[in-house]
Amino acid sequence: MRFPKPTKLRTFSQIFFFLLFLFLLLRTEFRGSLTASTSEIRLPYPVSLFFRFDPLVAISNALSSHGLYRGLLWSLVVLIPTMFLGRFFCGWICPLGSAHHFFSSFKSERKRGKQLIDSNRYKRWQTTKYYLLIASLVATVLGSGIIGWLDPFSLLVRSVGLSILPATDYSLRAALGVLEHSRYASVQTVGSILHFILGALLLGFKQPYFRSGIWLGLIFVFLIVLNFRITRFWCRAICPLGALLGLVSRWSVLGLVKNPEHCNDCNRCLLRCQGGDDPIGGVSWHQPECHLCMNCVDECPEHGLRFQFFPAQKTVGTSLQRRKVLTGLAAGVAVVPLMRSTPGFATERYERLLRPPGALDEEYFLSRCIRCGECMKVCPNNALHPAFSEAGIEGLWTPVLVPRIGYCETSCVLCSQACPTGAIWEITAKEKGWSADVGPADKPVRLGTAFYDRGRCLPWAMATDCIVCEEWCPTSPKAIYLRPAELIDAAGNAKEVKQPYLDPSRCVGCGACEYACPVQDRPAVYVTSVGESRSRTNQILLNRRKG
Amino acid sequence: MEPDAIHLSRREALIKLLRVAGAGAGAAGLGVWLSQHSWRPEPTLALAAKRGHTIPADLAFPEMAVITGDDPAELARQAVEALGGIRRFIARGDVVLVKPNIGWDRTPEQAANTNPDVVAEIVRQCSNAGAKRVIVTDVSCNDPRRCFQRSGIAEAAQRVGAEVRLPDPAMFKEVDLQGEILRAWPVLDLFLNVDKIINIPIAKHHSLTGTTLGMKNWYGMLGGPRHQLHQKIHESLVDLADFVRPTLTIIDCYRILIRNGPTGGNLQDVLLKKTLVAGTDPVALDAYVAKAYWNLEASSLPYLKMAVNRGLGTYEFEKVRTRIKTL
Repeated sequence: MRFPKPTKLRTFSQIFFFLLFLFLLLRTEFRGSLTASTSEIRLPYPVSLFFRFDPLVAISNALSSHGLYRGLLWSLVVLIPTMFLGRFFCGWICPLGSAHHFFSSFKSERKRGKQLIDSNRYKRWQTTKYYLLIASLVATVLGSGIIGWLDPFSLLVRSVGLSILPATDYSLRAALGVLEHSRYASVQTVGSILHFILGALLLGFKQPYFRSGIWLGLIFVFLIVLNFRITRFWCRAICPLGALLGLVSRWSVLGLVKNPEHCNDCNRCLLRCQGGDDPIGGVSWHQPECHLCMNCVDECPEHGLRFQFFPAQKTVGTSLQRRKVLTGLAAGVAVVPLMRSTPGFATERYERLLRPPGALDEEYFLSRCIRCGECMKVCPNNALHPAFSEAGIEGLWTPVLVPRIGYCETSCVLCSQACPTGAIWEITAKEKGWSADVGPADKPVRLGTAFYDRGRCLPWAMATDCIVCEEWCPTSPKAIYLRPAELIDAAGNAKEVKQPYLDPSRCVGCGACEYACPVQDRPAVYVTSVGESRSRTNQILLNRRKG
Repeated sequence: MEPDAIHLSRREALIKLLRVAGAGAGAAGLGVWLSQHSWRPEPTLALAAKRGHTIPADLAFPEMAVITGDDPAELARQAVEALGGIRRFIARGDVVLVKPNIGWDRTPEQAANTNPDVVAEIVRQCSNAGAKRVIVTDVSCNDPRRCFQRSGIAEAAQRVGAEVRLPDPAMFKEVDLQGEILRAWPVLDLFLNVDKIINIPIAKHHSLTGTTLGMKNWYGMLGGPRHQLHQKIHESLVDLADFVRPTLTIIDCYRILIRNGPTGGNLQDVLLKKTLVAGTDPVALDAYVAKAYWNLEASSLPYLKMAVNRGLGTYEFEKVRTRIKTL
């Protein structure tokens, strides 16, 4: 049997890993089971698998926590082979790289023929990614996980999971709705069958929405569209993971051997070059830029190019300019204090900054969180959203709980299971301590404290019965308690209604009261972060009574 | 002759004119037609889907059965048996909807949801009686995926062949409830086209009415801003009960939640009563359970009186033919 061409193998590998990524992302959701028993609910798949194999996440986690969160050791499986082979990961595995690869294969007005060949020659600006890597790693050392803004998996999960998939969901549901509400029974049947199939494959349990979703989507589309001008611009110029892998591939023993006698300067090797690493004869090969896509070997009509272990040929490593390296270092050093020069971080925290259960104290949280959006994707109540300004510039796209949209489900800890970095430390429902399956916990996780806006509350302001907040309060005894009050209603009649009060020593800040409050636009009960158990300072009570 | 000049024959000119005239007439016609079809958008009319699900009264059988014993499934079996057997309620080919309380993300021991064994037993009996479909559903308060799973009801019911359906936002239809205060309201469409409805609530404490029993369980067929119903809870309860008129009601008092209802959570809030109260008169059932476990007189539950006035039953449960049995 003839061995398949390496480019064929590569395409196969890219499709496989892309589909695996998509599958895991789609399964980053609790789908419920009719056959499972009442036991604790866990995600059946390792949904954050790709992050565990991401050396950039591992290194930033090590730099910020001086440890390595569960599973991140797996990233060595990528890092060590890269030292021997080069950036095979970028060309063969990375799903974001594969997406860029796919969209780069379209020719455009500005990228065809001679222009295409020229655009695929090595460019100095491709070193930008190394300076970005340096700056963001320095920022990580100084305690800010902003590297996640640029980490390719963070970018992909955040963009696709929080914007592209919800938009897909929306359009599919709209189309299915037209079919299912058709006047004709046969069309309805087709609609139901399609709904069933799509429901199993693509649709979420319910339509998700995410704050800032449109911006995440637009950024992603912009990065994709760039490929029509410059092949894999993201991978060549920005990706800090690519930069990291490029740096460690410096000592790689696998290299491209150019046979100058065979080269007749036809430039065909440049036509489909992914990395912009100059496989062409007459110039040196830029080893750290190469994705090992093998297109050049495939393309060369004279068979003058091949990959070989211990190549006896000069290659060019990463040639960084000292001045720019220093600029990167300085930028990293400067950016963290600058972001923290506003009062938001230390003294004037936004009161609605509710973090998911299990989240570390803000300082540790910001250093570990890679803004990937796994927690937001997995939240069954669509309660977690990417922050825009709530956590300051530094906290852009970190998770924030918005109780009006969804409260924190009593026995649910899925976000802590999905978090790849331990910014939301993995907890069990028992440790969360809200659902007393196993007897009351003495130290529940608290997200904040509920407060009443008596001017909007029905029994307080309008002499009207309600108590929905008390009904929903999940703690036992309930943090919301009622006291009867004799009131005179608008018609002058005496009336007894039950007015709600809050016991802050019992409130866990889940937000169920705010979610359920029948005052639709601005609820009469709302949760603020004060009293959150992760913080020692953001508290009200001198001694918070034990649950 | 100018090089760019075009020779236009009479024929071509005519065709050109006709084309323009046709397009103009079409545009004018469409415009006039559209202008006659412009009206202010109104919400679609609510469906008039009200239908009763009751069976004729039969003096040969008691109207209420109170069965006490150790095994919840056996209790369900005996309760239905005491009332005349399942075939009295379910005919061959019926589409049956079983409505437990699956409102909260709680386990059976916490007694916030109906006992799964009771639900499963009723499903099994309906199937044995020849029901075409037995649907088990509820519009949960907490995330339905968690409620259906952790209550144990989804697993128990589907194991005996029920069609367990989680509510989906697309499954609600705007229905005219024809009540005194409730008119157009979104109702889960599964409730609309079934032959028989069996209500299986669980008895729990509730701060507004003291206790939540059978009639309150109908909140669980509604979508929309149902939290506003508490503002007129008694009137709402009666309107809903009048709309549904169930075939059979079984109040699960195997475990009852005596404090911190309707969510509970703490096992110390749960009392083991090992009893099922079943019957065809939903008003008498609610009155009985309220008195038996919460010591609430009918006078302190205004909705009972309103229900009597509406012809839904009687709250004088002492006068109802009752079968009491301890296994």
